[in-house]
Amino acid sequence: MDESWSRAKGVFAALFVAPVFWLVLFFIVPLAIIWAYSFGENSGLTQIAISGTFSNYVHAIQPLYLGIFLKSFWFAALTTALCLVVGFPMALAITFASEKTKVWLLLLIMLPFWTNLLIRTYALMAVLRTEGYINISLGFLWNGLGHLAALGGAHLAPFQPLELLHNNFAVVFGLVYVQMPFMVLPLYAALDRLDRSLLEASLDLGAGHVRTFARIVVPLAMPGILSGVIVTLIPSIGAYLTPDLLGGPDSQMIANVIERQFKIANDWPFGAALSFILMYLTFIAIAAQAVVSRGRKAARA
Amino acid sequence: MSIIRRGSSRRSLLAGLGAAAAGLSFAGLEGCAPKAKVGKNGEELKLNFYNWDTYTGKTTLADFKKATGIDVNMSLFATNDELFAKLKTGNPGFDVIVPSNEFVTRMRLADMIVPLDLAKIPNRANLLPNFRDVPFDPGRRFSMPYTWLVLGIGYRKSKVQGVPDSWKWLMDSDRYKGRIGLFSEADDLIELGAKYMGHSVRNVPPEVIKQVAAMYIRQKPNVKVFHDDNGQDLLLSGDVDIVMEYNGDIAQVMTEDPDLDFVVPKEGSIINSDCLCIPKGAPRPDNAHQFINFMLDGRNGAEIYSTIKYPTPNAAALALMPASYRDNPAIFPPAAAMAKCEYAEFEGAGRAQLFDETVTRIRAA
Repeated sequence: MDESWSRAKGVFAALFVAPVFWLVLFFIVPLAIIWAYSFGENSGLTQIAISGTFSNYVHAIQPLYLGIFLKSFWFAALTTALCLVVGFPMALAITFASEKTKVWLLLLIMLPFWTNLLIRTYALMAVLRTEGYINISLGFLWNGLGHLAALGGAHLAPFQPLELLHNNFAVVFGLVYVQMPFMVLPLYAALDRLDRSLLEASLDLGAGHVRTFARIVVPLAMPGILSGVIVTLIPSIGAYLTPDLLGGPDSQMIANVIERQFKIANDWPFGAALSFILMYLTFIAIAAQAVVSRGRKAARA
Repeated sequence: MSIIRRGSSRRSLLAGLGAAAAGLSFAGLEGCAPKAKVGKNGEELKLNFYNWDTYTGKTTLADFKKATGIDVNMSLFATNDELFAKLKTGNPGFDVIVPSNEFVTRMRLADMIVPLDLAKIPNRANLLPNFRDVPFDPGRRFSMPYTWLVLGIGYRKSKVQGVPDSWKWLMDSDRYKGRIGLFSEADDLIELGAKYMGHSVRNVPPEVIKQVAAMYIRQKPNVKVFHDDNGQDLLLSGDVDIVMEYNGDIAQVMTEDPDLDFVVPKEGSIINSDCLCIPKGAPRPDNAHQFINFMLDGRNGAEIYSTIKYPTPNAAALALMPASYRDNPAIFPPAAAMAKCEYAEFEGAGRAQLFDETVTRIRAA
């Protein structure tokens, strides 16, 4: 019942002008300014001269920064893989739940969105730190065990708190915690469109549950998996807050380096170059996903 | 079939939202605040004060309003770089700012602060002698000192052996493995590393920078966290037992936990001084001068320093402070330790980039 916009171009243009203007002024223009900065250099303490130089990009692909890009990509890939492994069963559970439970489960997944990212990260710190909730509970249980053992004559060593914060484990944990809804919701959307009769047919024809899952469910849910992966991977590469607050001495990611260029190093052109390298990589990833999905559609047609 | 006749549909909803978004953003630009009253000096009875967090007395701003009728609107920043980045592209309307000594030099060179009219600041006679003329602002033409601070070692007495009065325990030893907190500020890290190795914090030569970087890379497995000026919170909560922090920050948490203490290492350290300045393009410079003069008054100063517990450069305020402040060795470290402390200097734009890249290299190793 949708009408093609080409049949009422005047009305469409009139409605379209305001959002496009807003998009151009507040999104494209600032981005273009930063892109111009990436070809500039500092002249004096406050001015930037746009001289068309590539020196910032050359500086950005030095081994030191390439290594940090790779580490950020590795953390993001690990986060995405963990989100996929944990999120797929979650999405399946939501899909096959009853109508009433489905609403509550979806609400549970989306509720953390309503809290600010910074608050959630501080909450994670309160849970993971040396005297945080996990270590307090474990210490309590350990001491209780120690009392029991003392009754029997044995002796337990004093409780050593787990090192859960200020290391790479905490960064990946925090990233998975933050990105989980981004993986579960596209997966649920794809699985929801699954035709249940296909699953029944597969089971009737003698395939076990595992083979049904691997040969029927996963290929049909592939568009959802791909979009979930993209939506989880890209923000994780550019994560700044999580490695800054939860990370240890080893855990700097590319966004932390970029932040330092705009603040303490006062080298905006170099920071702009680093940011745009991230952006080019993102574009390439999205283009690859589009090509793959178009190839898939062509194969099906 | 016309689009218009169909009533609400997905497309019209999207169009409506787009128009609403455009409208809301332009409405925000109105800035429809009621016009403030104008004082005797022809300026609005308002002052925009850009300050560090928890860096003023409990009643200071209210007292200023009572004394002069000027309403102070205080915004907060977390680091000098944030201040510099905010003002770099033009003053968004601040009248008084509080940069540290290095940034006073940097902003003076970048023409971002204006010379003070010293005739409007008679209370500058209250300053201690060694703050009347300083290397980073000769003759005090551009800044008035607000506090001074020194970097040192905060530690938990029960977890540390004796008094750790050397940078070695933070930088070069694995005795406190996994319980060490270091600053993440690139210039502080490199300059203090150089100080530990016996050089001045000024003009650190490139070979020394390389040696300092190698030392930190060796020490990294023993470091628990590179903190962002919340070292005192980490010390208080038991995440670290020994940390590189400012004396005022540690003095504040020492009141909450008597097991904590502070010491200036015997190799010496860096002194900083946070100063009151007027940025270029301040809309109310006369109010700004009145505010600076007010802050340098003895009684107002006493109120401020009893709250923030940082050392004061103000002799009149010092005279009014209780003995618990004046004799606190964390706030006023002993002269023997202070003798080897020096101001760091702004050494050109390229220096900060060199230090930052060195620290990036250390963190990536």
